[in-house]
Amino acid sequence: MLRDTLQTLLGAYGPTGQEHLVADKVRELLSGHVDSMRTDALGNLIVEKFGAEENAKTIMISAHMDHIGLVVTDIEKEGFLRVHAVGGISPRLVAARKVVFADGTPGIVALEPNTKGKKEPEMSDLFVDIGADSREEAEKLVSIGDVAVYAPDFTALGRHKVASPAMDNRCACALLVELLMYAEGQKNTIVGVFSTQEEVGLRGARVAAYAVEPDIGLALDVTAWGDTPQTKLPAVKLGAGPAVKIMDRSMIASPYVRDKLFEAAQAAGVAVQREVLAFGGTDGGAIQLSRGGVPTGTLSIPCRYVHSANEVIDLRDMEGALKVLLQFIELA
Amino acid sequence: MDLKTLTEAFGPSGCEQEVRALLKEAAQALCDDVSIDRAGNLVCRRKGSDPMKPSVTFAAHMDEIGFIITGHTEDGLLRFRPVGGVDPRVVVSKWVLVGKERLRGVIGAMAIHLQTPADRERVLDYDNLFIDIGARDAKEAERLCPLGAYAVFDTPYTEFGEGFVAARALDDRVGCLNLLDILKSDYAGDLCCVFVTQEEVGLRGSRGAAFHLQPDIAIILEGTAANDLGDTPERFQVCVPGQGVAVSFMDRASIANQQLYQQLLQVAQEHGIPHQVKRAVTGGNDAASFQQAGKGARTCVLSVPCRYIHSGNNVAKLSDIKAQADLAIAFLHSL
Repeated sequence: MLRDTLQTLLGAYGPTGQEHLVADKVRELLSGHVDSMRTDALGNLIVEKFGAEENAKTIMISAHMDHIGLVVTDIEKEGFLRVHAVGGISPRLVAARKVVFADGTPGIVALEPNTKGKKEPEMSDLFVDIGADSREEAEKLVSIGDVAVYAPDFTALGRHKVASPAMDNRCACALLVELLMYAEGQKNTIVGVFSTQEEVGLRGARVAAYAVEPDIGLALDVTAWGDTPQTKLPAVKLGAGPAVKIMDRSMIASPYVRDKLFEAAQAAGVAVQREVLAFGGTDGGAIQLSRGGVPTGTLSIPCRYVHSANEVIDLRDMEGALKVLLQFIELA
Repeated sequence: MDLKTLTEAFGPSGCEQEVRALLKEAAQALCDDVSIDRAGNLVCRRKGSDPMKPSVTFAAHMDEIGFIITGHTEDGLLRFRPVGGVDPRVVVSKWVLVGKERLRGVIGAMAIHLQTPADRERVLDYDNLFIDIGARDAKEAERLCPLGAYAVFDTPYTEFGEGFVAARALDDRVGCLNLLDILKSDYAGDLCCVFVTQEEVGLRGSRGAAFHLQPDIAIILEGTAANDLGDTPERFQVCVPGQGVAVSFMDRASIANQQLYQQLLQVAQEHGIPHQVKRAVTGGNDAASFQQAGKGARTCVLSVPCRYIHSGNNVAKLSDIKAQADLAIAFLHSL
């Protein structure tokens, strides 16, 4: 079930650069469902499911496992931690939040009083309180270089929506897992890449794409929302179906892939939205520019409050996306 | 090879020939397979006897920050721009060496007597700074130092205090020096030491090297900014000269492979090699090239803490330079 897979993956610790626990969960879920699984130097989990036809194309479908976080850069003598952003984590949004380290050690992110009249807090104004009374006590729990992420949570909102940290991009990982489970005797070869280090610049997907050398690339990721009060974000709504990316800062979708996604949606009878994003990027940007170039697109799950502790998606959009993908691997 | 010779060699980004020639000669005595690739990188390879061992590349950059001549004034002064990141506040009244002839020049500024109070508040930028080589006029200046000629700070290598060294280009001649030491070590797997070009202008030389070398593991030997002076709070100090080689978990261009990072810390601990964790996410270096080239590699960065980095006088501790080599070699032996 999509929802269970999603919940399982949301619970795994996996900041950018330390995604192996998420990869372990994916391996467990996919065991027996695919032809091969391997991990590369950057920690990408690369999964193959061979196509039935002799002239099958290789479609690389990428979903990043990593999640934004805070890396410890100093432990003060009073026992407080100082941190730096890993990926685009906002000081304003993370202040007063609960975070956890790899071993489950919890901490509360706090903000120094604003004595300088700053409009926006900076990372250097934040500290993490792990309840230690001294540096020595803190060092028993945490080392410099350790990374904290938003504490896991899974909150159903209304009938179809779910709020959780790391929805960006575990919802796409869940989708890719389900696709690889459900695809049976499909025409084309699917190479699922559960990629690493997307949040710091598409680093995992870049090397994976080089190794996979696909005929077609597709990234699965969340996209920003445009359906809440006063938002100036793009016109994408939750619950109105997955979004076919036209362009963002990292990529103009290859017309072939973009149109195949529309065609697949029609064949599946699923409503899709068109997405033009003036910012942001996905693994698609790295895949498209790999080697001599790869026709690439992105299928997005609309997500509210991206990069906050409560990223909200609509499960109906995920279900729709899965149907579109099952068609896409036949049509592409 | 010694650090004095290496730091006094002329090698701003894109003009590494002099440094490379010195290193090539030294490397050829230690390694049979020494070549120069298309990006100008000096590649020293040693084939291993044990194919089960991972292939390891160590990299250090030959180039240093410097200046490039962009024009000549009517009265014979040279206009210039930095090559790599050089704070204009650190260049005034410094000696420089310019062009193929290594002419001495001085970077001048208006005397304090002539400045208005407003002038004194202002930082002179590169539009208002000139190199004076004592030329009569534009024609003579142009003949001696044509457009595109390079300049570097003219700083003598000086050891001082308790084991400190002040020199130009400790970033990253310390790494270059240590690569030569690594070439002397015995390792049963494939080993490569690569001296790369153009790091200071955007990791350009290493990009090609990383692509054709494709090692399993790449360790970058660097010099990094120490900020331990004055009343800087501990949390902004980054690293401290004298406390050992700095191991990075992350910088702006790459995140260390976690397992490799832990392994390096463990080896340092086991061998009693002075080490510290770099306590900041700053800078970027050739690790990014190796991590991102081709099918990717596991990378980590070992740095010598340097005060006043990217100025004419970098200051480092000799014991940290040794620790960098010691950790690199002990790590190789642990594989």
